[in-house]
Amino acid sequence: MNLFCLGISHHTAEVETRERFVGHGGIDRILREEAGCREALFLTTCNRVEVYAVAEEMIPSERIVQCLCTHGIDQIGKELNAFYRYEAWRCVQHLFRVTSGLDSMVIGETEILGQTKKAYEAARASGAAGPLLHRLFQRAFRVAKQVRTLTGITRGSVSVGSVAVDLAEKIFGDFESRKVLLLGAGAASERTARALVKRGVRDIRVTNRSWERAQALAALICGYAVRLHEWEQHFREVDIVISSTAAQRPVLTRERLGPLIHDRLDRPLFIIDIAVPRDVDPDVNEMQGVFLYDIDSLQSIAQQSLALRREQMDVAEQIIDEHVNDFSGWFSAAPERPLGGSSLRASET
Amino acid sequence: MDRELLIFSTLCFFFAMVRTALSVQARNYQAAGLNFFAIALGFVFQTAFLSVRGHALGRCPLTNLFEVFIFLAWSVSLIYLVIGPAYRLSLMGAFTAPLVFILQTFALLAPIDRPPLMRHEPSPWLELHASISLVAYGAFALACIAGIMYLVQERQLKRRRINSMFYHFPPLTDLFSAITRLLWLGFVLLTVGLVTGFLTGEPLPYVKIAWSLGVWIFYAAILIARHLGTTAPRAIASLCVLAFSAALTVLWGITFLWQTKTL
Repeated sequence: MNLFCLGISHHTAEVETRERFVGHGGIDRILREEAGCREALFLTTCNRVEVYAVAEEMIPSERIVQCLCTHGIDQIGKELNAFYRYEAWRCVQHLFRVTSGLDSMVIGETEILGQTKKAYEAARASGAAGPLLHRLFQRAFRVAKQVRTLTGITRGSVSVGSVAVDLAEKIFGDFESRKVLLLGAGAASERTARALVKRGVRDIRVTNRSWERAQALAALICGYAVRLHEWEQHFREVDIVISSTAAQRPVLTRERLGPLIHDRLDRPLFIIDIAVPRDVDPDVNEMQGVFLYDIDSLQSIAQQSLALRREQMDVAEQIIDEHVNDFSGWFSAAPERPLGGSSLRASET
Repeated sequence: MDRELLIFSTLCFFFAMVRTALSVQARNYQAAGLNFFAIALGFVFQTAFLSVRGHALGRCPLTNLFEVFIFLAWSVSLIYLVIGPAYRLSLMGAFTAPLVFILQTFALLAPIDRPPLMRHEPSPWLELHASISLVAYGAFALACIAGIMYLVQERQLKRRRINSMFYHFPPLTDLFSAITRLLWLGFVLLTVGLVTGFLTGEPLPYVKIAWSLGVWIFYAAILIARHLGTTAPRAIASLCVLAFSAALTVLWGITFLWQTKTL
């Protein structure tokens, strides 16, 4: 009995190649009826296209790739080299790594788990996933959960926008009573403001050189516009400032901020400066209770988070190896072994 | 027998401390679970020790510096176990375990477990005064720990350098709220402790009164500064660390002198 995985991913091919192998409707049925798989599961995401299958005999990769191909079969040539194939326990290991986010473009991302669950549900509903794939995927979901719980692989944000929101959460905890001031109504500050609204911020004030633009953005994010000459009065009340003006020189300096925050020393102020050139003088970060992050420092935190995730990979691999061994053991020893084949380790080719 | 209970308790805190250190080093720190259990078990042994010692003495076990340290360690554990989960400050255990471990190890190793000098029946007010004051110190110890956590977290945010512990730290505003609550809890208990001290009916040593009032005024000043809103949270956190360190040092000195009857 042959358990294998055949696929193409961001590791082996560009999106232009990957998008040519996303299969047709009813691919599960095609894989069973035309390619000869006994059980089959088709997983497609923006970064990978993979088939997990069980067959009585070895099925050539070309036959599976032909089923996935959305263009003329005769055009498959070099593209075949972009496919990888894992047999037996290596297939099990690969699936566990995929569901745990270790094989993802952004290490530790959790979206892949939801996508795999969806693919499994579809295969189960169509009857393409039988007892072996059922057992395999249930174990994969368990492994992913365990890796997520026991390691820091999913911890920290790895994109600039989410880093800003995470930092705000680390300073303020909840967002409901927080007040946000947008200095400048650019697209970048709009994105960050939207992320904050999504996390519960209810009070957003927008100021901009163009009053119309300030009003338009305020309407979009359920905030309200503030006249440019009035923004300093609001400064005493706000907790988070997102600055993205087109000014060529710093708008906020230590001298200017000093009197504005003097009577609010007991409340922290988080300033997100996403303007280039920067709107806020870097010295402002030295002020008591002020936390200033510019675009470089946000990117640096994202990189640090990614590095922390990478450091957790060894622990995650150990957990996965234990489960691979355990699954192989079950497959070899279970009297109700669904397919009656040889052990996973022994059937490796 | 009672010292064995204390050794078991110290081992529990040692376990929590080492486990935390190892997981921080491995960068996969898990705040909840085994650490909390180890601290809770350590607390059970502490309670058993105080109970056994109390029955043997026939009074509240606060007759020498050794017992004072253990009672203080017990208060710290008690307040942590009560407020840690309530305020989502499970990480506080990572800081509480080393403090309790140091207090108990010092108490076990130092030659301070001497028989009490006072042979007469103590006034219940005196026992109440001593025990409430030490629980107040437990609250101040936790405020000190929350202060250290605040300073560490603030430093990470200011320096823009994060590590695996960063994600386990509570938000700064939550930590500051916890500091305020612990300061108030300690301050109220200390006030009650001071008042009961004056009701003992026994002559009070001048140095002890001066020291107690000094500590009370220090914490009152911190609370006033906190509520006036003119002092940055960082300064309040630093003051909590300073105040507890100073108070603990003086407590040691006073109790030592009291034991040697030089006051």
